[in-house]
Amino acid sequence: MILLDRVTKSYNRKGDALERVSLHVEPKEFVIIVGPSGAGKSTLFKLLTCEEKPTSGKIIVGGIDYDKLKDKDVPLLRRKIGVVFQDFKLLTNKTVYENVAFALEIAGIPGDEIKHTVPRVLEVVGLTGKEGNYPLELSGGERQRVAIARAIVRQPKILIADEPTGNLDPKHAWDVIKVLEKVNRFGTTVLLTTHNQEIVNALKRRVVTIKDGKIVSDRAVGQYKAS
Amino acid sequence: MHSKRYITIERIFKSGFINFGRNIWLAIAAIAMMATTLTILLFAVISSATFNHTISGLTSHIDVSIYLKDSVTDDQRSQLISQLHKVDNVQSVTYISKSQALKNYEAANSTNTDLLAAISETDNPLPASLTIKPKDPDKLQPIRDYISRPAIQALQSDPSNDSGDRRKAVDNITRATHFFQQAGVVGIILFMIISMLIIFNTIRMAIFNRRDELVIMRLLGASTAYIRGPFVVETMTYGVVAAAVSLLICWGIFKVASHTLQASTLGLLDIKYADQFFSSHLVKILTLQLLVGILIGAVSSYVATRRYLKFHR
Repeated sequence: MILLDRVTKSYNRKGDALERVSLHVEPKEFVIIVGPSGAGKSTLFKLLTCEEKPTSGKIIVGGIDYDKLKDKDVPLLRRKIGVVFQDFKLLTNKTVYENVAFALEIAGIPGDEIKHTVPRVLEVVGLTGKEGNYPLELSGGERQRVAIARAIVRQPKILIADEPTGNLDPKHAWDVIKVLEKVNRFGTTVLLTTHNQEIVNALKRRVVTIKDGKIVSDRAVGQYKAS
Repeated sequence: MHSKRYITIERIFKSGFINFGRNIWLAIAAIAMMATTLTILLFAVISSATFNHTISGLTSHIDVSIYLKDSVTDDQRSQLISQLHKVDNVQSVTYISKSQALKNYEAANSTNTDLLAAISETDNPLPASLTIKPKDPDKLQPIRDYISRPAIQALQSDPSNDSGDRRKAVDNITRATHFFQQAGVVGIILFMIISMLIIFNTIRMAIFNRRDELVIMRLLGASTAYIRGPFVVETMTYGVVAAAVSLLICWGIFKVASHTLQASTLGLLDIKYADQFFSSHLVKILTLQLLVGILIGAVSSYVATRRYLKFHR
């Protein structure tokens, strides 16, 4: 369960990145967050991963109250949330295999289990055969899929995907969306941001629209019209 | 079944070594820097030791001689010797008889036949003497005070012998010794501080280049130890390699260039001793080099990673 109660985040005096945002996401839900650039979608995600602290308001994720979260427990929280970053954030000096395995290594998962899991996840995202490549040797779409593989390999309770289809052609974009739906079917809560009108409308899922740091609409089966 | 902690430690070391290999040019740059400073540091230590050796060689020759009148009897002499032994700071008193003095003189001038002829024609003109060796060459005053007493002066053939130029020379040497010993210690400390700053900065730059890596690991939920560990292992490896390289450089210099070095010091320093010092203290030097290298590496990367390991921006 994700709960945001009147959350405000301001970086400077010019205005708030998020203003009194309240949002409630049930477990296993699939929520699409839409809105123009600079609306506050990324800020929202940064608050959820504890990368930023809210200026005011309450955030509770999976029963953890962020106000009471100690610094040393932040890594544990982050291991429970899978994140696909807009800019991938891959480790450039590690291979595809190592990037995905890294998410498991930091959680202290035994080597045998890693050797078993990573190839399967790479197969899911269609990267079999690219295990030994470094991120800089891959295309944008391939890097995107490495990032997704890394986010889902720990089978997180919550998956946050910031524009995961942004750099992909339609076929690969749909492959990614199918992976997200599959993960969701297995019980993971998915938060997705996208600008892809076609995908939003075809998914027939809950759509939350953010504009100027405020939630302007929240519909169970939402439609989106990119302006 | 390994415990989680064991797995983590193993992974930290493994990725530290892998990173070392993958960032080999960075490693070479940092190691070159560390090896240079460690080498200069080692030279500072060795030359300080050599210098001290040279000084102690000089000061061990500082002694006080008194020349006895021919009229001094055996009883008076042995009484004087036993009294001298009781004086502060006296290590030993050596008696050189008239005939011994003549033999010494002849041995020292064996090539100068004219001088030898002049000596043998007369009745042995050389006086018997006592050579007093001090425990601490800095503190000759009690000995001087004692032998300038009138009762003792009466036994001496030339009471002025121990003072004058020689005394000045002794004072100058002891003063110089102290200055150089202190300067050596200050120099080594100063140099250590400077080299630590240089190494710290090199490693800081290296980590600055890879700050994204640290931030990403943080975002993925890696613990502080897990992120910092491999960097610390990597820089500690720099330290180990740098220590080995610097030791090889020193060893090579002593093996190949000791003659050139000896010539360049104009005989002021005993390079053979430096080589000997180096060889006999090899284990100590190696341990010290390794410790300094590992410590500087570990501390630098520990401090340099700190700013990229914040939880919140």
